[in-house]
Amino acid sequence: MTPAVASRVRTRRPWASTVIGVLLLAVMLFPVYWMANVSLQPSGSAAQTPWFPVQLSFAGYGVALSQQGGHLLTSLIVAAGSVLFSLLIATPAAYALAHFRVRGSTAVLFGILISQMIPGIVVANALYSAYNNLGLLNSIPGLILADSTAGIPFAILILRAFLGAIPTEVVEAARVDGAGQIRAFVSIVLPMSRNALITAALFTFLFTWSDFLFALTLTTTEDVRPVTLGLFQYIGTYVNDWSSVMATAVLASIPAVALLLVAQRYVTAGVTGGAVK
Amino acid sequence: MADTHGRGGVTTYRPSNGAARAATSVPARWSARRRERLLQLAFLVPAVAYLLAFFGYPVAQNVVMAFQHYTTATFYTGEAPWIGLDNYAAVVGSAVFSKALLNTALFTLGSIAGQFVIGLAIAVFFRRQFPLSRVLRSLLLLPWLVPLIVSGAVWRWILDQDNGVLNRFLGALHLVADRPGWLTSTSLALIAVIAVNIWIGIPFNMTILYGGLQDIPEELYEAAAMDGATGWRAFRYVTWPLLRPVVNVVLVLGVVYTIKVLDIILGLTGGGPANATQTIATQSYQLSFQQFDFGQGAALGNILIVISLVFALFYLRASRGAVRG
Repeated sequence: MTPAVASRVRTRRPWASTVIGVLLLAVMLFPVYWMANVSLQPSGSAAQTPWFPVQLSFAGYGVALSQQGGHLLTSLIVAAGSVLFSLLIATPAAYALAHFRVRGSTAVLFGILISQMIPGIVVANALYSAYNNLGLLNSIPGLILADSTAGIPFAILILRAFLGAIPTEVVEAARVDGAGQIRAFVSIVLPMSRNALITAALFTFLFTWSDFLFALTLTTTEDVRPVTLGLFQYIGTYVNDWSSVMATAVLASIPAVALLLVAQRYVTAGVTGGAVK
Repeated sequence: MADTHGRGGVTTYRPSNGAARAATSVPARWSARRRERLLQLAFLVPAVAYLLAFFGYPVAQNVVMAFQHYTTATFYTGEAPWIGLDNYAAVVGSAVFSKALLNTALFTLGSIAGQFVIGLAIAVFFRRQFPLSRVLRSLLLLPWLVPLIVSGAVWRWILDQDNGVLNRFLGALHLVADRPGWLTSTSLALIAVIAVNIWIGIPFNMTILYGGLQDIPEELYEAAAMDGATGWRAFRYVTWPLLRPVVNVVLVLGVVYTIKVLDIILGLTGGGPANATQTIATQSYQLSFQQFDFGQGAALGNILIVISLVFALFYLRASRGAVRG
């Protein structure tokens, strides 16, 4: 992102561009505004939602929290579990791919790229019967494992790019001082790649939180139900209370918004890093 | 031991400390090297095991299931009779197949074209230096970051025929005589679904293309301007050729991701009305998880994989090109 400054176009009337940019953003984010607006309307006003929430009401959020609160908690647990599991699996692998010339690492990398072409429905189709036999249907560990199909390949790719930038000499210096392979990894490499780990963790969280396909196919009861599926079931039937549906949608968007506001500098790195590297 | 020795030349770790190496005896060095190699492998093993279990196994299992009469009964009896190519014949022969294939192509091409052109236009716009550009650019990412099913729910209400805000807006401007059923009319539903998917994909395209634009040196534009190439001509002769590797990656990734989209279609229309928005992916879901014919669902899923793999070849070529360039 640093070469940005050098190659920017200087414009004569910069504020005119700002106006265009704001208008563009207003159009692009209108659906997000509409979601928030409807969520704050008194429930039952299906027809002719006012343009602004003049009659501010949090009734929709009350309904959403009482009906979907448990689902939000399930999503949170699954997402947090998937972050831990994904990083645990992906970080050593990314380090190995970046720094060791182990036999077969090209094959692993190739496999990761190919895995991106495999449709989720194919994975779900096979996992359903396997999970049925293993008793993993309707379980938190089952969802964590399945949802990590998005997080692990992404985390390996993005961490590999970052870890590759750590000079080999740094690790070798530690080795010469008597540190073992694992010690060097834990006490030298991991602290140095903090930012990369945060980026990978944030995106893995977001992927898992947003998962819909595995929630839809690998759960059949109310026991373990992420909020994405709760929302889908809301809109699957005839809706007469859109304010509570939109309140649920707002609650389900909190991680995305939080990510943009709090961890903005990691976001662009994540979007570009996973794609091109 | 012999095996370790044989492969020794391929392994990476070479102790940089010559003195330490000279001090150890030859067999001890071998076993140290072997330990090192095992340790290196241990870093990779969990990830490989996971990839095999959650990508390798499902693909292999789908290939097998596609030859079997695999239904809910299978879960109770444990039997899935072999039926050869019957599943493929049933899936390809069904009336929905050609419709779904065409929809998949239209959905993918339409989405990619829209996302790419608008994303590129916005990326070029943001090359200008103006107040708040950074903030505006990052806020633009929001549609891509919210869960797809959330976007589906929101757009479903915006596009609602009777009470949706779009029809209210168009009605107020007298642009439409009667309220179009964006998601309920067989002629409009696919267009609406594509439009929503374009909205979702713009931020991703914009961000990657913007990154690519930033790597083009400003001097090239200055040189081009001296030769009289500004505006469109500068784009045509400077921006476009230099952006090509990034463009390739964005387009191929876009195809690979769009072709398997399921969430947004299920959230908006569920594949309806009358299969107007049914794609290969949604049809595969219907077969497996609505009609519980996992064999047929697997067969259709395999066809989708083959289509994806054709693009995968393009992807690998394109990403290799980007790494080199």
